[in-house]
Amino acid sequence: MNKKQIFIQSAFTENAIWAQILGICSALAVTNQMKNSLVMGLGVIFTLALSMFTISAIRSLIPPRVRMMAQTFIIAFYVILVDLFLKAVLPEVSQQLGPYVGLIITNCIIMGRAEAFAIKNTPLDSMIDGIGAGVGYTLVLLLISLIREIFGFGAIFGYQVMGTWWTPWSIMVMAPSAFFLLAMLIWLVEIRKRKKR
Amino acid sequence: MEINAFVIFFAAIFTSNILLTNFLGMCSFLSVSREVESSFGLGVAVFFVIVCTTAINYAVYHLILVPLDIIYLQYIVFIIVIAAFVQLTELFVERFSPVLYYTLGIFLPLITVNCAIFGVSLFMVIRNYSFLQSIAYGAGAGLGWLLAILSLAGLRQKLKLQRVPAGLRGAGITLIITGIMSLAFIGFSGIAVIQ
Repeated sequence: MNKKQIFIQSAFTENAIWAQILGICSALAVTNQMKNSLVMGLGVIFTLALSMFTISAIRSLIPPRVRMMAQTFIIAFYVILVDLFLKAVLPEVSQQLGPYVGLIITNCIIMGRAEAFAIKNTPLDSMIDGIGAGVGYTLVLLLISLIREIFGFGAIFGYQVMGTWWTPWSIMVMAPSAFFLLAMLIWLVEIRKRKKR
Repeated sequence: MEINAFVIFFAAIFTSNILLTNFLGMCSFLSVSREVESSFGLGVAVFFVIVCTTAINYAVYHLILVPLDIIYLQYIVFIIVIAAFVQLTELFVERFSPVLYYTLGIFLPLITVNCAIFGVSLFMVIRNYSFLQSIAYGAGAGLGWLLAILSLAGLRQKLKLQRVPAGLRGAGITLIITGIMSLAFIGFSGIAVIQ
């Protein structure tokens, strides 16, 4: 597989959210506003890319018995960097994201990619795979938050796009809409997959 | 601001259910909720681990991390505490109660990566809970998670006999059911004392 194929595979055909149903927690929690989704997505891309690179680079040094623990350490290291960066540069967003930045550590996507790809491929390929998975994840987040923000606040990225006549749907700000929208997305992807067959 | 621990306990179960409003612990929630018995096993294990690790993490945070001024290490430390505690519990249960081990033990490794447990520890720090409040919050969150996964498993067992659109089978329909449950739990917020 060349680099481009690796990227496309992990971003779209094997997209963590709609094809593997991984990393749902944060996908639902931060999608009420696009800004939060974007920041969260970038954080995940950063963590994925660098931790996949690191895990792959030292994969022959990690004893199998403590593999999970070692991977968690590496991931946690990068998440702490992201967290400190956000606290310093974007304190408002950091406050809104709350514990969800820290929860990137237990985001199953990262562990999943580490186990499925980084553990048996070269560092550079693993990094591309990580970026791909992160981009796929970010796209889903942005899509869901676009719908939620337009209907819930009448805005895109905080800019009011709907006029004063617009009545915000408060359900879109609350938790249930995230479940419904994600279910719809998975449904659409499934329908497309079935047609292709 | 002192909030009664009792209020926190009930709020964590109903009005701000860790799974239905904070979306934590979704991965194992979606994959294990096919049967009532195994859901109950996992739920009880989660409840137990949440209560214990919240207490330990509270102590570690306030007695070690704060005095030494290394709060930024909290993620790593919390994860280690949770992983070590789960491992110890597993060894302990295996050694002393084989029956319990076969009903609960298989779920224990799953728990280390359950974000609900890590999330409760982080919320405890962010919301500045006291020790009693943390325990109440942990117990409430654990019970709330148990309640959510049990009801979902019950519904999914009934769903086996229903005709579901082909594309929605599996994750899709489960998410829709969860959404409806989440709507129902929002109904409880009419009686909310705290947000």
